[in-house]
Amino acid sequence: MKKSGAEILVQGLMDQGVDTIFGYPGGAVLPIYDALYDANIKHILTRHEQGAAHAADGYARASGKAGVCLATSGPGATNLVTGIANAYMDSVPMVAFTGQVAQALLGRDSFQEADITGITLPVTKHNYIVKDIRDLAMIIKEAFHIATTGRPGPVLVDIPRDISGGEVEYKDPGPVNLPGYRPVLEGTEEQLNKAAAAILASERPVIYAGGGVINSGAHEELKKLAELLVAPVTTTLMGLGGFPGDHPLFLGMLGMHGSRYANYAVCEADLIIAVGARFDDRVAGKFDRFAPGARIIHIDIDPAEIGKNVRADIAIVGDVRVVLNQLLPRLQAKLPGAWQEKIDLWKKEYPITYVENGRLKPQQVIREIYNVTGGKARITTEVGQHQMWAAHYYTFTRPRSFISSGGLGTMGYGFPAAIGVQVACPDEVVFDIAGDGSIQMNIQEMATAVNYNLPVNVAILNNGFLGMVRQWQELFYNRRYSYTELINPDFVKLAEAYGAVGLRVDKAADLKPALEQAVRTNRPVVLDFIIDREDNVLPMVPPGESLENMIG
Amino acid sequence: MRHTLAVLVENNPGVLARVAGLFSRRGFNIDSLAVGRTERPDVSRMTIVVEGDDRVLEQVTKQLHKLVDVIKINDITPDEYVDRELVLIKVNCEPARRGEIMQVADVFRARIVDLGRKTVTVECTGNEGKINAFEESLRPYGIKELVRTGKIAMLRGNRSTSLDGKKDDE
Ligand SMILES: Cc1ncc(C[n+]2csc(CCOP(=O)(O)OP(=O)(O)O)c2C)c(N)n1
Repeated sequence: MKKSGAEILVQGLMDQGVDTIFGYPGGAVLPIYDALYDANIKHILTRHEQGAAHAADGYARASGKAGVCLATSGPGATNLVTGIANAYMDSVPMVAFTGQVAQALLGRDSFQEADITGITLPVTKHNYIVKDIRDLAMIIKEAFHIATTGRPGPVLVDIPRDISGGEVEYKDPGPVNLPGYRPVLEGTEEQLNKAAAAILASERPVIYAGGGVINSGAHEELKKLAELLVAPVTTTLMGLGGFPGDHPLFLGMLGMHGSRYANYAVCEADLIIAVGARFDDRVAGKFDRFAPGARIIHIDIDPAEIGKNVRADIAIVGDVRVVLNQLLPRLQAKLPGAWQEKIDLWKKEYPITYVENGRLKPQQVIREIYNVTGGKARITTEVGQHQMWAAHYYTFTRPRSFISSGGLGTMGYGFPAAIGVQVACPDEVVFDIAGDGSIQMNIQEMATAVNYNLPVNVAILNNGFLGMVRQWQELFYNRRYSYTELINPDFVKLAEAYGAVGLRVDKAADLKPALEQAVRTNRPVVLDFIIDREDNVLPMVPPGESLENMIG
Repeated sequence: MRHTLAVLVENNPGVLARVAGLFSRRGFNIDSLAVGRTERPDVSRMTIVVEGDDRVLEQVTKQLHKLVDVIKINDITPDEYVDRELVLIKVNCEPARRGEIMQVADVFRARIVDLGRKTVTVECTGNEGKINAFEESLRPYGIKELVRTGKIAMLRGNRSTSLDGKKDDE
């Protein structure tokens, strides 16, 4: 049977089980949009391609399936780039399709031509430009395979217009054969035995868990490991929800905005078990002073992460879940002792708290969101202070419930991501915890939420500042608030103009009723929380310091 | 320390850009890079000479492996191997002095490949040391133009780094 390139794309998406894509049309994707017109795939029209990429990313993080976005050539494609880079840094499975000018026009600076495979080379796991329509079906299959296996990541497929508009006799592409791509899933006996011996010999172990736990679905295994060893668990921002936040062994986050007790525990540990984490500089602080007295076991699916920033004494390359299942039977239960006591003391001595001062406190807002949603909401965030407060004060008890831009730190991520999350989880309560700065980076997606009747809640922690930058200016630049104060629109009126619901809250007494109303409302809601203007995220490790040197 | 890597890659468009981009992005120093087809039309081989300590080399290798188009990497530095570079040198030369230059060329088993009115162009192959020595010998005559390939290398004996070959085959 003959099929057009666009029809082959639709077929490929269906074969991959794709039910929803996020996109924005244009000249170079007209044939594709024509094929989508009567395809059995839901297309969400965002109001900006960056929104489409982040929505696909949020969809992927909430569902565990690949997120798919689509944009036209040139500016459509370049608008995706931040979203692709964001997915790359956080290892999110995503396939991005872009239109391209016809091959005869390539390389001539044609109208809306951009070398998107060149541009995205450093921020994709792999990318393709389709040059022969006969390769298209296989490329689509490979793209999904690469995006979703091994260490997940975004893959871009650039489709020239003559390919999507061309025709060919359709053949099933058959199995994927990529000789250069063979992710290792299992740890070797030798390394597993070494790790088991080091674990049994340790007296002061700390488990340091990252996003890999969530990607591989290893949360149950992680809990077993922690309970067997009575080992405290600290997670990265990406790892939140990978270990129950209400578990007595949980230490909260480590690193720059970690808890004191997590950082102290890491500094005094004799063994660090790093599970699906990559020793980011925001987490490890000064690399050569990270956990100075500890041996380090590093379990990760990406061999290149091992030894990249921090030395690993024992490295196990493999899928975190598979490796933990290999490791668990080699271990014996331990009893709590002096180490656990010490940690409990630190927890009592240095809790993460805030001081009430009569003004509406951001921490209070997050805590109330937790209470009103029974801890069951899917939370996305933007980037800044509100992100850290969300991480500290909403207790995340299940994987894929905290969805945030970690590696790239992209303001404007949370709202479109929340749209993707809501599409993936139509029956769940979704909150984007936002700053008044960040929300304005993709505010146009309010139209998308209203258009598709997605009842996303946006909680703006409105401090009238680019708060996190202001905090650094306060602490490290002598309170010189250079261009960080914001004159904002009226977010309530703005919400209403879009057809959403807007609510303003400026005192603690109104918190609960407003949040209850928002959760009850089956439409997008914007909550404008007028909070204490100059609150800080504390304690923190100043940049370039090692973890024991916390201030605040 | 300098390492010589034999890298087999799928002969896809953009693969050179991927490899080169990776080196510059991660701050690795390439000394030389030579690329061409192999015994299989779908596979190309890159010989990459890279400068760095063990940690750098480990990262280079691992990051290269992450490229989907990279099939196989061997660091052949510690092994017995044959390596060659090719150089073309155009030297200033009045016809009367051609004999001298031919003598130098003879010593290095280089060949005269072109004669101009006031120049001679010579070709020489060999390992890096030999090529360097050859270049130095011609320098006094005045080198007008010089072009050098990167190094290519192959293991000695029965062992190979080809697609199905094993480095440890004897
Ligand atoms: C796209 C982008 N631009 C700039 C930054 C740098 N940056 C990090 S946090 C921040 C301030 C965020 O302000 P706001 O969204 O109001 O959140 P707050 O810190 O006040 O909670 C800025 C500008 C960034 N992370 N992302």
